[in-house]
Amino acid sequence: MMSKKVDDLEGERLDIKEEMEERRSSIAPINDRIKRLRDESVEREVEISTERAELITEFYREVLSEEDPAPIQRALAFKYMMDNVSLPVEKGQLIVGIRGTGPKEVPTYPEVCCHDKEDLDILDSREKNPYRIDEEEKKEYQEEIHSYWKEKTIREKIFDSVSEEWKKAYEAGVFTEFMEQRAPGHTAGGSMIFDKGLKDIVSKIEEKMEEVEDRKKLNELEGMKIAADAMIAYAERYSEKLKRMAEDEEDEERKAELEKMASICSKVPAEAPSTFWEALQHYWFVHVGITTESNPWDSFNPGRLDQHLHPFYEEGDLSREEAKELLEAFWLKFNNQPAPPKVGVTAQESNTYNDFTKINIGGVWKDGRSGVNEVSYLLLETLDDMRTLQPNTAVLISKKVPDRFLYDALEVVEPGFGEPPFFNQDEMIKILLRQGKSIEDARCGGVSGCVETGAFGKECYILTGYFNLAKVFEITLNGGVDPSNGEKIGPETSASGDFETFDELWKAFEKQLKYFIRIKQEGNDIVEKIYDDELPVPFLSLWIEDCVEDGIDYNSGGARYNTQYLQVVGLGTITDSLSSIKHNVFEEERFDMKEILEGLGNDFQDREEMRQIFLNKTPRYGNDCDFADDIAKRVLERCIDIVEDYDKTPVRKASRRVYGLPTTVHVYFGSVCGATPDGRKAGKPLSEGISPVQGADRKGIGAVFRSVGKLDHVISGGTLLNQKLSPDLVQDIATREKLGQLMRGYFKMDAHHVQYNVVSADLLREAQGKPEDFRDLMVRVAGYSDYFVNLPEGLQEEIIERTEQDEF
Amino acid sequence: MVKGKIFDMKDFAVHDGPGIRTTVFFKGCPFRCWWCHNPEGIEKKDELFFYRARCIDCGRCSEVCSKDAVSESEEGVQIDRKRCEVCGRCAEVCPSEALKITGREVSVEDIFKEIDRSTLFHDTSGGGITLSGGEPFFQYDLMEGLVERCDAEGIHVAVDTSGHVDPEKFESMIDKIDLFLYDLKFIDEELHEKYTGLTNKNVLKNLQTLLDHDNEVWIRIPLIPEITATDENIGSIIEFLSQFKGVKEIHLLPYHGVKEKYNRLGKEYKLEVKNISRQRFESVRKRFEDEGYDVKEGG
Repeated sequence: MMSKKVDDLEGERLDIKEEMEERRSSIAPINDRIKRLRDESVEREVEISTERAELITEFYREVLSEEDPAPIQRALAFKYMMDNVSLPVEKGQLIVGIRGTGPKEVPTYPEVCCHDKEDLDILDSREKNPYRIDEEEKKEYQEEIHSYWKEKTIREKIFDSVSEEWKKAYEAGVFTEFMEQRAPGHTAGGSMIFDKGLKDIVSKIEEKMEEVEDRKKLNELEGMKIAADAMIAYAERYSEKLKRMAEDEEDEERKAELEKMASICSKVPAEAPSTFWEALQHYWFVHVGITTESNPWDSFNPGRLDQHLHPFYEEGDLSREEAKELLEAFWLKFNNQPAPPKVGVTAQESNTYNDFTKINIGGVWKDGRSGVNEVSYLLLETLDDMRTLQPNTAVLISKKVPDRFLYDALEVVEPGFGEPPFFNQDEMIKILLRQGKSIEDARCGGVSGCVETGAFGKECYILTGYFNLAKVFEITLNGGVDPSNGEKIGPETSASGDFETFDELWKAFEKQLKYFIRIKQEGNDIVEKIYDDELPVPFLSLWIEDCVEDGIDYNSGGARYNTQYLQVVGLGTITDSLSSIKHNVFEEERFDMKEILEGLGNDFQDREEMRQIFLNKTPRYGNDCDFADDIAKRVLERCIDIVEDYDKTPVRKASRRVYGLPTTVHVYFGSVCGATPDGRKAGKPLSEGISPVQGADRKGIGAVFRSVGKLDHVISGGTLLNQKLSPDLVQDIATREKLGQLMRGYFKMDAHHVQYNVVSADLLREAQGKPEDFRDLMVRVAGYSDYFVNLPEGLQEEIIERTEQDEF
Repeated sequence: MVKGKIFDMKDFAVHDGPGIRTTVFFKGCPFRCWWCHNPEGIEKKDELFFYRARCIDCGRCSEVCSKDAVSESEEGVQIDRKRCEVCGRCAEVCPSEALKITGREVSVEDIFKEIDRSTLFHDTSGGGITLSGGEPFFQYDLMEGLVERCDAEGIHVAVDTSGHVDPEKFESMIDKIDLFLYDLKFIDEELHEKYTGLTNKNVLKNLQTLLDHDNEVWIRIPLIPEITATDENIGSIIEFLSQFKGVKEIHLLPYHGVKEKYNRLGKEYKLEVKNISRQRFESVRKRFEDEGYDVKEGG
């Protein structure tokens, strides 16, 4: 008998029931307390909590002094909230503090973007990912909150300030705008969060205030000081509350715990933590503060958590089990803070409760040595035990980390929840060095959000929106006109029938690309100025170096490094489309441009043969074919050139960079694009991240790695590659190890990231049919995992259509 | 220049030897095993695959066929395999890849051009190249060329063989091959002849010669219910292997039906047994483990 080939594996798969049971049985919290907390967290419905909106409205309506400069106003607003928010304590929890009024009770941020009654109705009643709110509260929200913020929100200011060209492109779906509903963010904490107390920072602020004369800086520093004191007071309130709870507690064990928690809260975050438990509580207070102050994109995250916690673990006297119990309790704090609800088009961009907190595990540390330690393994185990929607994780692989760590992480992938994703830290360090970070800051960096590289604790790297490459291509083929409505929104370029060479087409595409990228960048600068003027974040600024040092707010350029990102989407689709025209029109001469345009215009009606040729007889990205892969390289590199070749931003002096990640916007972007010459029908999703088009990669994961590895990841800020593996493939240790070695090879090519969905298409189909039986089926979507049945149908289909690799 | 016929090259094969490997599938085999998983590896000549599910009934194939071998009917495209000369014109114009030619002529150079793309992965994982098929020894010159090139470049090379090889030729290659994946089906000569079409004289002789050398050898046994997976046959294999010290690893390959693949080639699949049960598989595994062998599943 000879070696088996792909086709032969039919009938060998685990059946659906087994697959689902294996997933369920892999969830195993460390003890009954955590199990109960987990069950409560997972089963609870998401609600809107109106408390924050009420408090901030009250503050702006009744307390605010118009004469105060923005940083002071915002600091006082923060103080007003922290002084008055309720202090829920989840029964049996070991860490306190929560954004909102209870677990999964999500606040809103009306100063940034205010929901009206209609929005609330939709959120409350929609089938997938609803946010519950009762009728009475909706009415009050409309009368008390919406009436005040109407026409005053950041969202409205942005739409009032951008150019007409910007609006047209936005409406056509050429790009999205991140900050019309959420504040700049995407920030991860660095070491400072774990080795400084607020009192240390306040003394530093006071020192600075002695030195500084500049009024603006003094205002900033004053604001930061108010915010720091507000957080100390908040923790004190918790400490008092816990003391009272301890007095009333009859269970002796819990009583002792509550007393201990009270004493921890009277220490941190005013002072630096000195134990493992204190460190977690300290971080958590900072997290709650930052996510209450505003609604920064991608929440906030504790960064390189294993590196930060390791000293506390080593020096402390707690057992491994105690440490793990604390980590699992800490884990649930994230799950209890779903993403704030959105309105309008962004609901499609990223329709999920996931708020993208990402915990980085592994990698190298400051001095360049492997940072993998016992806490790294504890975090992997915690992830494996818990399997909650949040937090997300990132496993950092360097050539220096041991194989055991890699293989253990791959074992956590096996039950199929899509976590953890794998990142190449050696490449990430190159990314950061290329951008001018110091070697130490580069090594202490990591990934936040989905795949975004940053210098943790020192960088303000703001994602500004997704950019639709396929739409720009469609506009190119139509000489600057959006064929969906006949409106001319791009510059004049030849109509496609006139292209005589591939080069002419490419030049026209470049021209359109550059035009729309500039429109977007000009808009970004307007948005940056609005946040600089209107929404300083004094509390967040305390934790990002050198905001205090320089007396400049995070939103005004106070961070040590400032970067502005554009996220390009649809690389696979655009590559295969260009390859198709180059191959079928200019080389094989199978069709002329006019024919193709007609075929696309009527969505391949009566031209199925043409579509099949595009799908099957055309070189496509993801098969280690240089013809197509060179185009992918060229597109990505050209995008990066255009984005980077532009002045630094006016306020933050940020450099301009590119990410290749989609979240779920490839579904929305596909819905605004007609048929494309890669054989994609009108309205269907684009390719996601930098992955090949769904189903186009037919030569196995190795060929995918070699194709994707040809891209110059180092000049981007991060790229996203999804791979779907058949469950059989990672079941045994020997094969998992080979997958690990394969990944080592992929990372040697300086690739950035890969993540695995281990799930069979059969199971996904079954879940579509009977969603009620599969509510807990979690899959990898883009840079995060989500419950499959909560995904919009288009996205469900797209995930099913991704190629399933059943052999390497 | 030496040329030969292969039907595929597979990157990143993980069951065909240590590390990550590129497997070259030679086309053509002396045996006619009833359960053969790669029926396109049996004949040396090119063959035509037809994937009915992919067909969009565009009719391009019948237009270009000069032998009237392809026609359209109510049930879709029909191929008259007797008329078909496998010229490949229909596959060339088929837009949906419903028609595909299996088999291509390659030189050692051609193969290495493709292998070079995977060198990084072979290096990282301690992998290499596996020659499989079909029967690699059946195209001795191409195989020799590849093995010598691997030897010269220091690339780990494994050969997956049925063992039905001229003993002299077989012995001449032993020292240049790092690992043998040696297929063993029956010890009983009559059974072997019945299910494979040929006797196992050379299979057993070559295995004896091989085990006198120091090469690493994995014995691969296909477990076909009621045919090879009988207590008797397993017992005789164990007894035969007990004469040698060199064998450490046994790979048991559980049987799965592959009727669909035969349909695509327009061939008849004559084996009618069920897939092997987990229970039966485990009991065979245990018998080998009890003899001290390291047993692996699949491959």
